[in-house]
Amino acid sequence: MSGPRLVRLPEHIVEIVSDAGEGAQKAAIAFAQLCAKAGNGLWTVEIIPSEIQPPPHTTGSASGNRIRLAERSRVTNVGNLANVVVAFNEMALLSRLEAGSLADDVLVLIDDQWATHDNERYQRSYREVLDKFRARGATIIEVPMDKETLRHVEDAERGKNMFAVGLLCALYSKDLNVLQDIIRGIFEKKAPEVIAAAVKLAGAGYQYGIANFEECFEIQAVPTDVSKVAMNGNTALALGAVSAGFELCSMYPITPATSASHALSEIFEDFGGFVHQAEDEIAAIGVALGASYAGKTALTITSGPGMALKTEFQGLAVMTETPLVIINVQRGGPSTGLPTKIEQSDLLHAIYGAPGDAPKVVMAPSTIEECFYILSIARRIAEEFRMLVIVLSDANLATGQQLFDRPDVSQTPQRPPLDLSPVQLGALPYDWDPTTGLSQRLIPGQPGGMGVTTSLNHDRDGKACYDSERNQRGHSMRSRKLAALQKTMQPPSVHGAPEGDLLLVGWGSTRGAIEEAVDVAREEGLAVSSLNIQFLSPLPPGLHDIFSGFRQIITVELNYSDDWDDPLITKENRRYGQLAWMLRAATLVDIDCYAKVPGRPYMPVEIFNEIKRILGAQPRVKSPAETLLATGE
Amino acid sequence: MSTIADLCVIESGGVEAHSIDDYESEKPRWCKGCGDHGVLAALQRVLRKNNLEPEEVVSVSGIGCSSRLPHYLNTYGFHGIHGRALPIATGVRLSRPELPVIVIMGDGDCFSIGGNHWLHAIRYNINAVVLVLDNEVYALTKMQVSPTTPDGWKTKTTPRGTYLQPMNPLSVVMGMTNVSFLAQSATWLPAHLDQTIEKAWNHHGLSFVRILQRCPVFMPTAFGDGGLNFPVTFLENEDGIPVHPLLLKRGETQAHNHRDINEAQRVAVSVDPAPMGLLYQNPDIPAYEEIRWSRQDRPDHPTFLKRLDAAIDRYTVS
Repeated sequence: MSGPRLVRLPEHIVEIVSDAGEGAQKAAIAFAQLCAKAGNGLWTVEIIPSEIQPPPHTTGSASGNRIRLAERSRVTNVGNLANVVVAFNEMALLSRLEAGSLADDVLVLIDDQWATHDNERYQRSYREVLDKFRARGATIIEVPMDKETLRHVEDAERGKNMFAVGLLCALYSKDLNVLQDIIRGIFEKKAPEVIAAAVKLAGAGYQYGIANFEECFEIQAVPTDVSKVAMNGNTALALGAVSAGFELCSMYPITPATSASHALSEIFEDFGGFVHQAEDEIAAIGVALGASYAGKTALTITSGPGMALKTEFQGLAVMTETPLVIINVQRGGPSTGLPTKIEQSDLLHAIYGAPGDAPKVVMAPSTIEECFYILSIARRIAEEFRMLVIVLSDANLATGQQLFDRPDVSQTPQRPPLDLSPVQLGALPYDWDPTTGLSQRLIPGQPGGMGVTTSLNHDRDGKACYDSERNQRGHSMRSRKLAALQKTMQPPSVHGAPEGDLLLVGWGSTRGAIEEAVDVAREEGLAVSSLNIQFLSPLPPGLHDIFSGFRQIITVELNYSDDWDDPLITKENRRYGQLAWMLRAATLVDIDCYAKVPGRPYMPVEIFNEIKRILGAQPRVKSPAETLLATGE
Repeated sequence: MSTIADLCVIESGGVEAHSIDDYESEKPRWCKGCGDHGVLAALQRVLRKNNLEPEEVVSVSGIGCSSRLPHYLNTYGFHGIHGRALPIATGVRLSRPELPVIVIMGDGDCFSIGGNHWLHAIRYNINAVVLVLDNEVYALTKMQVSPTTPDGWKTKTTPRGTYLQPMNPLSVVMGMTNVSFLAQSATWLPAHLDQTIEKAWNHHGLSFVRILQRCPVFMPTAFGDGGLNFPVTFLENEDGIPVHPLLLKRGETQAHNHRDINEAQRVAVSVDPAPMGLLYQNPDIPAYEEIRWSRQDRPDHPTFLKRLDAAIDRYTVS
């Protein structure tokens, strides 16, 4: 028996979609683990309906995952159009076409039960959707997923996903035994017969694939000795919080931030920590602030609307110079907006969103790996500078999974005990160093340090005062700390050459897609480079020098800007992307922006097309996704 | 100070007994005749009586006239933002349960803008003394209607009289799950106030005390001209707040079992005459911070690292 033909590939993008509740997410998790265990680099993105139980068999019900897997161990973004899609029904399949996610020549594996389904409406739409895909150049493999699953379990809904992951195991020439071990792990807490059925169904899917596929793929991982982990950004933040020595996380549930608190709640009590779910967003930051005031630097985790509710407390943290860390896992806004989807629209709010002048530190991780490490840095800055530090993550980092080097935590320093040694009676609670604005904080319990910490303007002695001189001094001391921090920072490094025709500047999770687009463009001979800015407040030194090496500079951001072609828009009234707005103000350089709100991460190809358009390399070809964006779908 | 007030603090002993001066900070800047002065003095007496080290106590307040109290009390203090004293206090208790916490709020602060925190703090039952200084008006912002302003009274936002019946905070507190201590007193009854705060101090859990006090500037005639013609009934129980014979000219007494939640709820809904004393006490409800600390493991550093490694191992693929 000859078996399927083997095709070697450097990378592929696979999507698995079902109705919500049919388990495509679980199948995808198992498949991602299978790839990770084989050493494939990967980046996954959840496909989430906004409702818990949307009407089944509709495009709105599609739930699942996109998995980009590669030979190389480092994958930094979601990639371009998907090469393979496994769909449990044709509406889930159609939803991915509508989302602009699929390549024209995509390979479709679809459950064929709808071809002969009792409901004629399903039969018809199944035929129509498949015809549409064939016309675009797709290859369709109809798989009796339901029928095959029913040979092993009574309810196909409870097992089809395992059959599907077996199919993928065969399609990508992976080791079935490893997959079955992974499945045993995933269903660890279930009854033995459930586990047995899942394992058997994966085997059945695998055998079906081997027997029926004409062609299989092989994406061989580059061998490495370095131990790897695969996790999403919210989990990385949770483990990072433990590693950074936090003892209290006070939060209120909000998508897409909450799963970080779930991960932390699972383990925090074993590490001497608490997750406190407060009665509202305001109380959540209040409890964190109270804990920090009492000497134990705390953090709070939220998303845009919660961030808005926390602004008064942010001002209080700044005014009282109480160390505090806020994680904002950004989502689409304004208002409830797109709760499950990515946007980078909270940058200006993070920096300026508090009454009065309230200088804060704002930083953004650009990869899931950075999500793990960033909280140690945030905490150190918060404590040493007595400042509020805001960490801007986003929905893309939060729910995507990435493979990265396993963090070595063996050198994690021990949490120092509280220093409650006596101070001289009358010690100043804000003994500002006039150059840096820095001062040593007094902690309740320290003999001699009694006094009130007030939200009112105050001087070095902490007492309320209302005169202009001391108001000016308080403001400049709080502001000076940002300058002092900036003086400790290195200029960011440019990806690509230090000079050229175009520099793309980004922040946060767009980094991977930007750098990939830059790499492709440079291979084509285009003089383009990119820069990722991790510190948004204070901005790092050296930006003006870096910018002077390039003829044109644009920011690439996932937030709103007016298009030059939009009605009424002129140079005078155009609203820029948020980083562009800041960089223009900070450097007086005429920086443009590519800033849109697609509710999903940028694909490298979109950025690549923008590079080409700007450099006039060739007429711009819009990606299918962009065409859809333009028509407002 | 009244002689009755001194009676209840006279037996403070100890080798290194503190004096009232040790708890005094800067000179209070409240208006002459404001009840806040009396609450401050009562608090200082309780701290002295219990011989607390000033550095071991944390007072937390919101915004309003009464919320300036931490400025005048020589302990650690946090004068925060409007309505949010209770979350800050909860944070202090969660992270440093060894520090006694006093929370000072006004009626607008606690019952209105901080209402949500008020309800939930009672349910958390953190171990803290929570004093609401209720003058039935927003005074710092110069006379707007508060949730407890009497029906029909004129304020600057209700110049033709208020539109609604005042809220009864006592019945709200008695309606909350986990309520463990509720008392009411007034600044024109200094000895009673001292005893009430002392009782609250010694309660394990959230001791909620509503203190009636007249604002001499914006509501001078409130509470029957500051207590002169204000009908009260003193709740009497041998474990409750003692009712000194001198108080009897202010009102009748009424036998009350503050361990009986139904009886307490009945008393809490009655407003005329206003019940004074201990309405309810249940010392057996665990404090939130103690529940949390009891379920938490505090590993030594090598164990911490081992567990962190194990947590990361769950995500290790190769």
